[in-house]
Amino acid sequence: MALQDKDRIFTNVYGYQPWNLDAARARGDWDNTKAILEKGRDAIIEEMKASGLRGRGGAGFPTGLKWSFMPKEPDTKRPGFLVINADESEPGSCKDREIIRHDPHKLIEGALVAGFAMGARAAYIYIRGEYIREAETLFSAVQEAYDAGLVGKNASGSGYDFDVFVHRGAGAYICGEETAMIESLEGKKGQPRLKPPFPAGAGLYGCPTTVNNVESIAVAPTIMRRGASWFSGFGRENNHGTKLFQISGHVEKPCVVEEEMSIPFRELIEKHCGGIRGGWDNLLAVIPGGSSVPLVPAEQIIDAPMDFDGLKELQSGLGTAAVIVMDKSTDVVRAISRLSYFYKHESCGQCTPCREGTGWMWRVMKRLETGDAAVEEIDMLQQVTKQVEGHTICALGDAAAWPIQGLIRHFRPELERRIAEAGNMAEAAE
Amino acid sequence: MPKVTVDGVELEVPAGATVLQACELAGKEIPRFCYHERLSIAGNCRMCLVEVKPGPPKPQASCALPAGEGQEIRTDSEMVKKAREGVMEFLLINHPLDCPICDQGGECDLQDQAMAYGRGATRYEENKRAVTEKYMGPLIKTVMTRCIHCTRCVRFSEEVAGVDEIGALYRGENMQITTYLEHAAKHEMSANVIDLCPVGALTSRPYAFEARPWELKKTLSVDVSDACGSNIRVDSRGREVLRILPRVNDDVNEEWISDKARYQVDGLTRRRLDRVWIRKNGKLAAASWDEAFDAIAKVNAGESIAAVAGDQLDCETMYAAKKLLSAKSSSLLEGRQTGMDYDTSNLAAVNFNSTFAGIELADAILIVGSHVRWEAPLVNVRLRKAVKNGARVFLVGPEWETTFGGEFLGEDLSVLGDLPSHVTDAMKAAERPAIIVGGGAIAKGAIPRALALAEELGVVKEDWNGFNVLHLAAARMGGLMLGFAQKGGLADIVAAKPKVLLSLGADDVDYGQFADSLKVYVGHHGDNGAHAADIILPAAAYTEKAGTYVNTEGRVQFAEKAVFAPGDAREDWTILRALADALDVEVGFDTFEELRAAMIAEVPALGVEGLADYGALPAADKDAKASGAIAYPIKDFYLTNAIARASATMQRCSAELLHGEDLAEAAE
Repeated sequence: MALQDKDRIFTNVYGYQPWNLDAARARGDWDNTKAILEKGRDAIIEEMKASGLRGRGGAGFPTGLKWSFMPKEPDTKRPGFLVINADESEPGSCKDREIIRHDPHKLIEGALVAGFAMGARAAYIYIRGEYIREAETLFSAVQEAYDAGLVGKNASGSGYDFDVFVHRGAGAYICGEETAMIESLEGKKGQPRLKPPFPAGAGLYGCPTTVNNVESIAVAPTIMRRGASWFSGFGRENNHGTKLFQISGHVEKPCVVEEEMSIPFRELIEKHCGGIRGGWDNLLAVIPGGSSVPLVPAEQIIDAPMDFDGLKELQSGLGTAAVIVMDKSTDVVRAISRLSYFYKHESCGQCTPCREGTGWMWRVMKRLETGDAAVEEIDMLQQVTKQVEGHTICALGDAAAWPIQGLIRHFRPELERRIAEAGNMAEAAE
Repeated sequence: MPKVTVDGVELEVPAGATVLQACELAGKEIPRFCYHERLSIAGNCRMCLVEVKPGPPKPQASCALPAGEGQEIRTDSEMVKKAREGVMEFLLINHPLDCPICDQGGECDLQDQAMAYGRGATRYEENKRAVTEKYMGPLIKTVMTRCIHCTRCVRFSEEVAGVDEIGALYRGENMQITTYLEHAAKHEMSANVIDLCPVGALTSRPYAFEARPWELKKTLSVDVSDACGSNIRVDSRGREVLRILPRVNDDVNEEWISDKARYQVDGLTRRRLDRVWIRKNGKLAAASWDEAFDAIAKVNAGESIAAVAGDQLDCETMYAAKKLLSAKSSSLLEGRQTGMDYDTSNLAAVNFNSTFAGIELADAILIVGSHVRWEAPLVNVRLRKAVKNGARVFLVGPEWETTFGGEFLGEDLSVLGDLPSHVTDAMKAAERPAIIVGGGAIAKGAIPRALALAEELGVVKEDWNGFNVLHLAAARMGGLMLGFAQKGGLADIVAAKPKVLLSLGADDVDYGQFADSLKVYVGHHGDNGAHAADIILPAAAYTEKAGTYVNTEGRVQFAEKAVFAPGDAREDWTILRALADALDVEVGFDTFEELRAAMIAEVPALGVEGLADYGALPAADKDAKASGAIAYPIKDFYLTNAIARASATMQRCSAELLHGEDLAEAAE
């Protein structure tokens, strides 16, 4: 039972139709948004909670619950802000890009609905610096929305004043972390803040702020129109809804596709990607949720449901549902080593374990690629990842540690084989 | 008052305390690098990790976590030990093993904590990181390879100093701390980052490779480079003062000192007067003490003897001079060398009444004729805090670069007669309004007008006296308490045409006015006073004698003697005591203790450490007027006194930081 076309939220994800306001209206966007807002803040939040939508940015925090943390009473001195995270930089992720370039009005309408529900004064859309065309589209789409009176003063005739600002990042992965994004928006160096205080208490410019992923926001209007029960009808308990999967790597046809949550991996690949390159026997491993999550070897992933809990059971995670498929031609050590380089390069340098640890891990990984290491160093590497994980301000330290932990967990024999082949095993074997 | 349990011991902690503070209250040592009491919390070194329940099953940064009711904190668990070892290992993998050639050695947080919390050996086999040095000016030496990126220096310059001088470039393991475009750090408090740096990345340039901390004798003293009375520690070896560090005193200098207070020390060994000189035929010739005393006695001055006190004098010296003069039936005492003649009948009118700590609480501040950054850098820090707490600041005088914003109202004192209504409204509406009258305004006789303004604006309230005079001389308040003031100021002394003029380290007097007097200079540096003198009696600088100082708040503080004066130089009071014998009069003391006891008997407040009580402000003269363009007395922050002028470091600071000269070394 795969997702039917009538249940798709992102009906223009492939850009077969124009992105502009008229086309978006023809697809149902901005259809009596006023009526949604008239339900009231609490009703919207309740509906979102009932829909079971979990944040699409990777951590999977219930979206409705997040919105409810914002202050109930508006304070003119400390207005609330909605920050929309379009700094999509996770290797493997490319869903927000499709939303923004082909369906930007879904996002802008969602911004209004979400912003209204949490009592926000304005939304800031922080778009990744490298998304140049996408930013142009977004700027134009926001202008269209302003011109049509959909946002701005008396947004959509609701009597609610709501502004939408688009801010371009400068290409730092860490600015996708919510508090680093807030720092960056404020014009500072993008470094994550300490929590508490959480953004809902003191975020952008010290005001209550909620940071949401593009997809979480963009699905909100459709959920409000079609009802929470419709949305929660998809997927397993606690993992409801539809989701944009981004399959890349060694499949016949890599694609971004909206599918039901909890769809088994095999079905996702067979149905939309034309299967694994070289057949299922050629599958080596899958990184199911973007570069930050540990990889899962073929035999474990094939029949696993693609959702938050299902992948957690495999000691991995859904992340952003950026599925990176690796067949047996992959040099898996080199692949993970390259990810380590990425995290070393993107660490903000603020806290010690991540600043120093990411470089150390990458250097050891680099040597492990050719087996230029001692077997004990595998254990040492494992310990170093544990010394980084959970000891840092933000989750980048964890994200740098997990891929390596996954590699050691599932491919230790491969690592040892390389060490042995490089002739560094002699002592250990004696 | 939340109750927490630290390692099984239950205790109550103040509301708002962090877990780290709770642990300290429980007597547990928490290692840390980035955390500093006076800076914002960064939480980035991750050394202070502890285990806290309830909470996520991972160690928490205790510096940033608020202590909450019912928390169970463990600082001795396996998890905490592992976490500390892990962080320490990360800190050390890229830290050079150059402790033997590092100036921080022996007082290095990283060294100490590595010993206490680190693993025995390294597991890091890769190459270590090297970072190019950054030029930070004549005071701060950098070895950036040693940097552990705690960002204390960045936070200090942003938060305390109020200048965006230091920041971080790049990210990840390539992150580097530097000044903007490697310009020199120019703020007058910049060298405090050296104390803040927990490792040897930022060390003292003038003190580089001079000594190890364990070789130094530490003496508690008081700074005399301005009238703040910063508490300092004088580190000396043998007869030489090698460096000066701040001492913590929350009422005065918190734990900062100005760059001048810290680095004028090398002036203590240069241009020193270390023997007696007598002017013969217009030229100074070396002489003996007896010859000098004979020459003074020969003048037979009788009661025609006057004394002018310099800006850095201790109270004991001034009192000894006072006793000597009164034994000769003279009361020609003056300390205001530049001729200021404000009324000193009520010292509350010339005192910093709100205190330094109090000015932080002010919510509207009117600064009249004070370049606070140069006249009292430590007060400037307090003003910045006040503004951060929401105070509004208005300034009268030529514009200078404040670190706290503020609105300049005009350069002429006549503004005081006609303040804009938004200023008077703000001052009147304020709960704790304050006026600060600085050197530029005092010189123009603006104190009466300021007093009248204080009354109009209501700056004195119950439990709050916001009328403040900011002096520049460390000796000023002490001198005034001892009566070193004539009604007409120095002009009265000039008019009296004294036969003998005792100049006690007074370097700012126009000696042309005393062409007919025998000018006896009792001081320590060959500066302006010595150039004009007929007889030079070498005396001790502030590090070479014990003494009492009163800062501009009227705070009495005692300083101890760190080293002996060089050559033939003697402590000032002994010179004056010997002079009494030469002049054949009795002064009533033979030892320093007797001198001090006599002084305290006469002015009891000088015997009690702490704020002297000057009573209430005098009634103001409502018709007092003030006018004239304000000119700030300090033209060059680094060269305000004889010691600083003799200091090569201060000269270089002046040349490079104020006059923009490129020095050869800097270009290398």
